[in-house]
This record gives sequence, C-alpha cells and structure tokens, in this order.
Amino acid sequence: MAEESIINTNQSVEEKKYTTLNLGPTHPATHGIFQNVLTVDGEIIINSEPTIGYIHRAFEKLAERRPFYQITPITDRLNYCSAPINNMGWHMTVEKLIGAEIPKRVDYMRVIIMELARISDHLICNAVIGVDTGALTGFVYLFQFRELIYEIYEEICGARLTTNIGRIGGFERDFNDKAWAKLHRFLKEYPEALKEFEKLVKRNRIFMDRTIGAGAISAERALAYSFSGPNLRATGVDYDVRVMNPYSSYEDFDFTIPVGLNGDTYDRFMVRQEEMWQSLSIIRQAIEKMPDGPHFSPNVPDFYLPPKEDVYNNMEALIYHFKIVMGETDVPKGEVYHCVEGGNGELGFYLISDGGRTPFRLHFRRPCFIYYQAYPEMIKGTNISDAILTMSSLNVIAGELDA
Amino acid sequence: MDKAIQDQIVGIISEKFESDVLSVEVPYGFLTINFAKEKIIDLIRYLYDHPVAKFRYLTTLCGIHYPDNKQIAVMYQLHNLVDNWRIRIKIFLPEDNPVTPTLTTIFAGANWMERETYDFFGVRFTGHPDLRRILNVEDMVIFPLRKDIPLEDQTREDKKDFMFGR
Repeated sequence: MAEESIINTNQSVEEKKYTTLNLGPTHPATHGIFQNVLTVDGEIIINSEPTIGYIHRAFEKLAERRPFYQITPITDRLNYCSAPINNMGWHMTVEKLIGAEIPKRVDYMRVIIMELARISDHLICNAVIGVDTGALTGFVYLFQFRELIYEIYEEICGARLTTNIGRIGGFERDFNDKAWAKLHRFLKEYPEALKEFEKLVKRNRIFMDRTIGAGAISAERALAYSFSGPNLRATGVDYDVRVMNPYSSYEDFDFTIPVGLNGDTYDRFMVRQEEMWQSLSIIRQAIEKMPDGPHFSPNVPDFYLPPKEDVYNNMEALIYHFKIVMGETDVPKGEVYHCVEGGNGELGFYLISDGGRTPFRLHFRRPCFIYYQAYPEMIKGTNISDAILTMSSLNVIAGELDA
Repeated sequence: MDKAIQDQIVGIISEKFESDVLSVEVPYGFLTINFAKEKIIDLIRYLYDHPVAKFRYLTTLCGIHYPDNKQIAVMYQLHNLVDNWRIRIKIFLPEDNPVTPTLTTIFAGANWMERETYDFFGVRFTGHPDLRRILNVEDMVIFPLRKDIPLEDQTREDKKDFMFGR
C-alpha cells in the first residue's frame, strides 16, 4: 500500500493526494484471483481498475481440439460452485445440435441435479456474504449441507467438485438407493438449517444496516451491462431463462421467480435466499412426478457410450464405443445457441460445427465476465468494506470470469 | 420464435436497410442476419429504438475466424426481453484489417466483450474507451483464437520429441 497522503498537514485541498491500494490479486476477501487497483481518498473509493485473466485457461481454444464429450470437463471449471449446471448446459447444446430426443426421466433427473447445484451455489454466496459482514456462524451451519450435496453428486457420478456429471444423451447410470436416501435426507434437514440461517441474518439489524444500500445498481444500468440471473432479478427485472426459454422440462414445474427492488446487496441476498426455497420445491415436485423410463436417450448411439457388458459381448456396441472414445463420430453442420439458467445467470453456449470431430468455434457466454465489468461503477463513492461486500454478493467466480 | 415473428423482424429490418442485408438464415430456429459491416451500429441502434422490435439487451458478442474466406466475423446476439425474441447479427471483416465501430455507445456491457474479441481475434473497435487485452498477458503479440495459431506454443523446448526418446 502506497501511503501518499500525510495526516494533519495544512496543505490546501487542491494539493490533496489519493492513495493507491492494490486489492488482490490474492486477497482473502476477494474469494478468487483477480486484482482491483483502487484509488481511495481515505476510505472512499474514487476509482477502481479491475484486472482479470490470472487463471485464464484458453477454454475456447482448447475446445476446438477436443471431441464433444471431452468438452464437458472443461465446462466444470467455469463456475465450479455449480459445475453440474454447466455440464448439462453443454450436453443439451450438443443434443440440440444432433437432434436427440431426451426421455422425460432424464429431464427430471437433470432438473434435480441442476437445482441441487443452484442451491449449493447460492448457499456459498449467501453464507459468504454473512462472513464478510462478520457473521461466521451461519457459514458453518450451512456448509455441512454443501458437503451433503457433494455426497449426492458423488453417489451419482463419482466426483464432487468438478463433476463431469451425465453424458450427452442422458446419465451413465440411474440414481442408486444411496443417492435417493441422501437426497431425501437433504430435503428433510436442509430447510430447517436454512430457516435457522434466515433467523440469524435476515432481519438482523446489524446485517440489514450493513447490506441495505450497499453496492446498489438500477435496473436500467443492470440491463445496459447485460446483467442476468439473481443480480438482475435483484434490480426488479424478472428475467429467468428457466421460464423464458424452458429447457429440460422446466415448464412442468410450478415455481415463482423472486425479484428485488433496489438491486443492492440485501436484495441480492434475499433473491438468492428465496431461490433456494424455490429450488427445494422444484426438487420435491420432480421427485414426486418422476416418470419411469430409461436414464438415457436410446436414439443417439453415436454419442452415448453403450453399457460395458454390451461392449464386451456385442459387436455393434464395441464399434460405437470405439468410435465415441476416439472422437470419430460425425456431427451435423450448424450453429446452435443454447442457454441455461446458471448459478449466476444466463450461461450460454454458442457452438458452430463444421461437421468435423471437434467444434469449429465454441463461445461461452459467461454471466460473471459480463456483469463484473459494472463493478467499478457500483463501488464508486462507497467505502472499501462495502466494496468487499458488493463483490461477494455479485458472486464473482474466478473460473467463470477468466474461462 | 415462430416463422411469422421472424418474418416480421426481417420486415422491420429491410424497411430501412433493404440493401444492407446480405442474407437471412434460420439455423436451428434461430434468426441469423448477415449484415453489411458499414451500417452495423446504425442497425443495432435502430433495433434498440424501434417500438416493435425493442432489442434492448445484448446477450453476447464474439468473434469467429473463417480462414477459408480470409474473414473474421463478429457475431452480435440481441434479445428482446419483453416478447422474448432473439436475433443474431453477423458482420464479416477482412482478416488482415478487421476494424469496426464500437457498440459501447449503445450497450455499456459491450466494453469487455469487445475487449475480449480484440484480445483473441485482433478486431479493432474504433471509439472504444479502453481497447486493451483483457484475459491474455499484455505483451502477447498474437491473437490466439485465430485458426492459424496452433494450440500449443511452438517456441517451447520442453515438449520436443527427443525429450521422450522419439
């Protein structure tokens, strides 16, 4: 920190000097690797200059060399707090391109996983807002349920953080009994913990004083900056991809889209909080209505790996297995855009296929990257502690920011 | 978005920019308009202000390199949040000198998207307030998403075949 101003001087106002403060690249309060060079007057932020790209991994270039099924693990690493949503967004993009019909059961299973992912994403974000305001207890309370969600993922796909869950065309296997048991345990225990967490912070005077009005943005500015997801809804715009362009049978479920009023930290917190309740309700509906049927689409043998016993005993299955693993399947030419409601907003996949084994071009619309550019405008004139709070309530995820 | 609405939008555009529409495609039901590069900002401004079209949300913006045609395309994807209409507009710039006006005059959010496009494809957006590299290092001299740039760094010595006894 370059302390340039001198306290107790009789310099006139014109000669006043500002302090330059490096917030990041590695700072515990930024929850990720990105830098902000702040120009501050005492504690008031005059200007800020964000620098990003510290963990840029060239995903768009990498994707141009990989067969379609090998791109799923890349998408894990975008928003790693809700990796399954990215995975399934990608699967659905490819399914759209190859024209696969997906059984209802797969859709419902996907909805369950995606809503669990949304809960784990919002849970971390809201718990961390609590931490940044000084309330560590809520974080510890909620975090054990993220662990439980990860255990559910583990039962389904074997991985926890970077899940690579599901396949193009469905799931590799149906949910097992342990997964169902854990899911039911989650549905039983989580609402109680969430209620307790809400009791702790929602109407807490200190929390409200700290967050109301902090880092506010108007609906007009938010739309000009192409905000999406909970951050846009906190300003009062009810745009949700799940309702606007339903995918994966979201039209079968009954849920509401919570919106805020002022677009400040408290509204963002409340929108996420309410979305977790809605997600719980969607999961319950999906379990209740869960149709019978296969856990994969039988009409895309070129993309969905055949069961192992068939590979060993069946000529055709072996051929398909070989073709898929070597990435030698033909794909139609075309351009598709598919978007899903990720943890942070509209996560889009713009895929151009030239008929080859890899995408010709794949562009990820990363909500984080797009709304983080409004950050300097949002924190201008506020103090540093509010800037920290604004950042954590925007839920900026370095993986999604830098691709 | 059904056919009638797409025709309506194409009608709205050709009302004013009859001769500038290069072609209209609908891949996978998504209205795509290939447009003359000179008037792209006028078109987006017109669609923004139009009382029916109301395309007031920039979903995304990205570059595409077509090495066969020696062209770099810039793709703009707009969204009408009121009626839920989406449209994709593409312009084609010459590979050796890709220059186009900035969209930041209409959408503040175009700032970083254009910086990203500059960073990866070298498209220069005239009038952009701060056109610098965003994700790559500042002293990089190539535009990495162009097709003529190989995935692996060719100057690396530690991945040569003799290292692996080949």
